[in-house]
Formats: sequence, C-alpha cells, structure tokens
Amino acid sequence: MDNLPWIFVSALLVNNFVLTYFLGLCPFLGVSNSLETSARLGMATTFVMLVTAVCAWVLNTYVLIHAPYLRLICFIVVIASTVQFIEMLIKKLSPALFRAMGIFLPLITTNCAILGLAIFATNRGYGFWEGIVYALGAGIGFTVAMVLLAGLREESELSDVPALIKGTAMNLIIAGILSMAFMGFAGLFSAS
Amino acid sequence: MKRNEAYNEFVKGIWRDNPVFVQVLGMCPMLAVTNSAINAIAMGMATFFVLVGSSFLVSSLRQWIPKQVRISCFIIIIATFVTVADYTLLALVPAVHKELGAFIPLIVANCMILGRQEAFASRYPAKLAVMDAIGMAGGFMLALFSLGAIREILGDGALFGVRLFGADFEPWVIMILPPGGFLTLGVILLFFNWFRQKKDEFLDDVAEAQRGSD
Repeated sequence: MDNLPWIFVSALLVNNFVLTYFLGLCPFLGVSNSLETSARLGMATTFVMLVTAVCAWVLNTYVLIHAPYLRLICFIVVIASTVQFIEMLIKKLSPALFRAMGIFLPLITTNCAILGLAIFATNRGYGFWEGIVYALGAGIGFTVAMVLLAGLREESELSDVPALIKGTAMNLIIAGILSMAFMGFAGLFSAS
Repeated sequence: MKRNEAYNEFVKGIWRDNPVFVQVLGMCPMLAVTNSAINAIAMGMATFFVLVGSSFLVSSLRQWIPKQVRISCFIIIIATFVTVADYTLLALVPAVHKELGAFIPLIVANCMILGRQEAFASRYPAKLAVMDAIGMAGGFMLALFSLGAIREILGDGALFGVRLFGADFEPWVIMILPPGGFLTLGVILLFFNWFRQKKDEFLDDVAEAQRGSD
C-alpha cells in the first residue's frame, strides 16, 4: 500500500502518458485547439481510464488467468461496452454532465492511451487500488499535457508564425519542447 | 487497365497519401518505438502483417458484415491478427519483443489500420484491398524506418548497431529520448510542407508558361 503515492506521481509526471510514452497522441494533436475543449476531453479521458482500470482488474482476476491469449480481444470488447453502457446511464441521470463530456466518450473508448493503461497495469501486476491510483495519475497527467499544449496553441494563434510551419509540424515541435521539460521530472525518484 | 488500377492503389500509400507524413495517422506506435532502426523495422513488419491480413479478411467478408456493427467486427478481426503477431514475435525474436513491450498489442489501436478497413477494404474487392494495404503498410514502414534511422544515427552515432562516425562524434542523446521523437517528426513534416509548397509553385509556373505560349 505504501507505493501508492509513488505510482500516482510516476504516472502523472515522470512517465507522463503523452509526453514520454506517446500514448493518446491523436486527441492530443487533434483536439487541443482550445483550452476549454481540452480540459473537458482530459476529464472524460480520466473517467474512462478509471473505468478501464476496474474492468482490467476484474478481467485479469477472474477471466484471463484461464485464457491469457484472449487478453487483447477481451480488453477491447469489455472496455468499449462498459463505457457505452455508462454513457447511456449518464445521459439518463445527468444531462448536464453528459453535455460536458458525453460527446467525447465514443471518441476515446479504445484509443491507445486507454488500451495502453490496461496493458501496462496488467504487465506490472497491479492490484485493485494500485490500478485505480495509476489510472488517476495517468488521466490527470494526460489532462495536464493537453491543457499545456492547448494554451500554447492559443497563444501561437495570435502571434506571427510563418505559414510553412503552421499546423501539425509546429504542434509536434511544441510537444517536443514540452516533453523535454517533463524530462526534468525524471530526477524526482531514483530509478527502480 | 486492371493492372494499372492495382498499381495505383499500391503507389498511393507509399508516397502521395503516405499514412504518416501526409495523413498524420498512427502516430502513437510511430514515435514510441523508433528509437532504433531495428525496432522500427520489427514494428513495421508487425503492422504490415496485421494490415494486409485484416484488409484481406474484411474485404472477403464484406457481404456478410452487417453495416450497424461493422466497426466492432473490424476491431475483432484486427485484434485477432495482432494477437497472432504478438505471439509470433515472442516466439521468434524474444529480445525485440521485450524491447517493444506493450506497443505490439497497441497496434490494435492504430487509427491507420481501422481507417483503411472503413475507407477501403470494406468497399472494394479483395485484390484491390490487399494492394492498398500493402501500399499503406509499406508507406508506414518507410516512415518508421526513416524516423528510426535518423534518431539512431544522430542519437547513437550508429545504424543497426554499426558505428558510423569516428570516436570524436558526440551523440545527441536527446534524439533517442522521447523529445527527439516529437522533434524529428516535426522537422520531417516541415520538410514535406516545404516540398508540397515548392511543387505547387512549380505547377503554377508551368500553367502560367503554357498560358503565355498560347
């Protein structure tokens, strides 16, 4: 239990999903043009990651010990259908919450960050609480990276950038510099 | 005519519609595993196998896949091929498999593969679908290899582990670390933008000259 804070900070900063594992790049580069949208997308992703951690734990404990080769198919099918089910539930119970993040749910259901979370948690043999904390750290880390990039992109809209570099090329270079900044966190812990 | 069509589908993926450099798809595995040329090639081969296999299967089964659940069917077909690729790599080259780690199963989330099924394989006969898949996967492999080679040469001073420069060469360690991936791909995309701009200008000039001579 005492490694929980470590897992959280490691997923949040040191091994940030976007900036060091390159997971979830499609939404990171595609949807990060406004601060508000990226904050909401980040929130939705964190939520789906929590659901994923629970699903992965249940599958790992009860199903996949009997059939490890079904891991990938099981993860995808179960995560996608659980998220869809929760989406329906939110739509029914809280239309306001659904408007805030519902439209993003189908988009992120099986993107690589979500699936990556399930696979990493499995490979490292995380238990239930460890999985939850890991998902929380990864989700918040994703949100932080999204919001940082969105803020920089909003700024760059206002400045005079050569037409040639505009678009994905510039976003990638900004992401590279952000990633360099995040490398500074690697010294937070001694390697383990 | 028929041959031309197939050839066209093949060439399109390699250069004109290159999945990475032009369409900017499949970025996650693209950046994560390209810190050395050999990893890039292993990833490229695995993706090649998955894309060609699932395009063939989707295209052959397209009459029987109901429209409403087609995405789920595609994903299950892709996941099956990815599992096969995963276990094959584990059996044949355990060292590379260990290096690539979780990124082999993550091929399933590569948007390029699902995109080809949705946009091409589910609409065209198997032969064209396979040609399209070979072209697209070839283009993806080319992109992976060029990124992996650039990063390994600059970051390690070597290619496939063979040293290229003398002992004086100071490796740019940043290139094999995560930021190097973003920066290299950014610069390559910049080059492609420049190339396209030059080509458009050239075509404009040609059109201008033709109008002048009339």
